[in-house]
Amino acid sequence: MIKFLRLNQLWQLTLALYHEITREPGVLFWGILFPILISLGLGLAFTKKADVVRKVAVSRSSGISDRGDSELSGFLEKNCIKKQPDSKEDYDWKYDHKDDKLGNTLFLFYEMDWPEAMVMLKRGTVNLILQSNNGKTEYHFDPVNADAELTFRKLRDILGSGAVLNVESNSEIKPLTVTGTRYIDFLVPGLITMGVMMSTMWGISYGIIEKRSKKLLRRLVATPMRKSHFLVALITVRLTMNVVEALILILFTLIIFNIMVQGSISALILMFIAGNMAFAGIAVFVSSHTSNTEVGNGLINAVVMPMVVLSGIFFSYQNFPDWSVKIIKVLPLTLMTDGIRSIFNEGAGYSEVGISILVLSVIGILFFSAGLKIFKWH
Amino acid sequence: MTNPVIEAKNVWKSFRTVQAVKGINLKIPKGQFTALLGPNGAGKTTLVEMIEGIQKPDSGEITIMGKHWRGNEDKLHHIIGLSLQETRFIDKLRLTETLQLFASFFNLGKERVNEIIEIVGLEEKRKSFVVNLSGGQRQRLAIGIALINAPSILLLDEPTTGLDPNARREIWDILHRLKKESETSMILTTHYMEEAENLCDYIVIMDNGVILREGTLDQLLQEAGNLDDLFVSLTGRRIND
Ligand SMILES: Nc1ncnc2c1ncn2[C@@H]1O[C@H](COP(=O)(O)OP(=O)(O)OP(=O)(O)O)[C@@H](O)[C@H]1O
Ligand SMILES: [Mg+2]
Repeated sequence: MIKFLRLNQLWQLTLALYHEITREPGVLFWGILFPILISLGLGLAFTKKADVVRKVAVSRSSGISDRGDSELSGFLEKNCIKKQPDSKEDYDWKYDHKDDKLGNTLFLFYEMDWPEAMVMLKRGTVNLILQSNNGKTEYHFDPVNADAELTFRKLRDILGSGAVLNVESNSEIKPLTVTGTRYIDFLVPGLITMGVMMSTMWGISYGIIEKRSKKLLRRLVATPMRKSHFLVALITVRLTMNVVEALILILFTLIIFNIMVQGSISALILMFIAGNMAFAGIAVFVSSHTSNTEVGNGLINAVVMPMVVLSGIFFSYQNFPDWSVKIIKVLPLTLMTDGIRSIFNEGAGYSEVGISILVLSVIGILFFSAGLKIFKWH
Repeated sequence: MTNPVIEAKNVWKSFRTVQAVKGINLKIPKGQFTALLGPNGAGKTTLVEMIEGIQKPDSGEITIMGKHWRGNEDKLHHIIGLSLQETRFIDKLRLTETLQLFASFFNLGKERVNEIIEIVGLEEKRKSFVVNLSGGQRQRLAIGIALINAPSILLLDEPTTGLDPNARREIWDILHRLKKESETSMILTTHYMEEAENLCDYIVIMDNGVILREGTLDQLLQEAGNLDDLFVSLTGRRIND
């Protein structure tokens, strides 16, 4: 009977804190819709290559019009669309290169005298000048400029072999679009873990600090309420919200991008819970003392911001200096993100992520205990 | 006097540079309604919160029903009801839900919640979110929460400050009825002379952390025509200045 009544206390606390969150209309948007919008925006932006426009100058000194037999003039006359005399376009010819795999490229050709072409090149309006020489096409560009080289390579393939550089044999191009190697596959696990960190840190820490500042904590502990019940309820509510948010995001990206979990589902669930534990522990620790919401803001940001930047949520951290990568790898957000990412994309299971699960749980327990030791209820 | 329900012996408390309470002695007998009357910064909240177990005295001792706070927290929490100066509850929780939450801490259920709603006269606001209650209604909710465990000792810190005369009278009515129907002992802090006169059997006038005078209204009025004049003669200023 006593046990049952105690459970009722815990249940009422959980219910109250749950209502507190879900009755705030912004929660639905920021917790659920916003991550989906990010995944959609970034996912689409980085999985489908946008059309590229490349502007090229054609030197007039080669006398295109009267030497119709050169490769260049032949190409321009036969394959390109010539500007209509009365149209407002500024180009002289255009060529639309369709490529499903590497993305479409639109080439715009401008006919002009050599000195003018050089000015355009220096200004970066064009990065390549074409010139006919004895029927052959010359490509003039700065070899240090990677973009110019790309324009050259693409044009050369379309026009025929160039006269400036040796042509190597065209190795076949194999763009990577297999599930698990796309940017969206990299991004979604990061969005999940970042969501967990943000919602836990702000939800729990800010929730505690705000209740302390409005003297609600003080009022609560002046009753026979068990202090542990309050924290357990707060964490339970947050975990539940995080599960719902993650599930919706996974479901959504499954439908739109065909995301798949290739590794162990049970390891994924444990990893998720361990990550939640770590951040809940840190959140309690961070909010153990202050009753000032401004200070709270600062503390939470100080924990959250470095990890958002460093932990490889949006882009890999492998490009950071070697010494820093060692540190970055043991940040809680990195541990959780790398773990969940490898379960999603590399088919990882307990042997790969077991240690991370353990470390995250221990981080959570340590911070929680330390936070509770110094926790100010009044 | 039979055993007092609350007793403070030579209690001191300071914060960094401020001496908030300076050697206070107090005995509250069972069933008495006591007013702690004093201006801002007199040390009323500090004294009451030490009685509530929220703050610890630097020296001196406080007993409730003969028990110290240390080691008796759970027992004492069950017999005390309180409202703090300026507590806010969970904004988006309904009135009934808020009461139900506090009821659950005392293992009480819906019946008690309904009784309380009737006692504080908030039947029409059952479903309202706490954030949408008026100041007076919120104060009545706070008193309702204080009464939820039918406490033997009730400690109210400025329950009517900032309320208009009507809202104040509604709260007085609740407390008058409580006095008639129960044996609850109460300490109430206030800046308002009329509140002390109207509600309480015993008045303690505090300023600067010490008790200046205490007694029944009649005893206090032997020195001066009214409480205002008495306060001026004791401190050289008016209470609400
Ligand atoms: N936590 C604290 N830290 C520092 N000083 C404090 C603290 N609490 C109270 N004080 C100081 O102690 C003195 C007594 O404060 P207290 O709140 O007990 O007065 P009060 O009689 O309740 O006043 P009011 O009528 O304004 O509520 C004041 O000078 C106040 O500034
Ligand atoms: Mg006060």
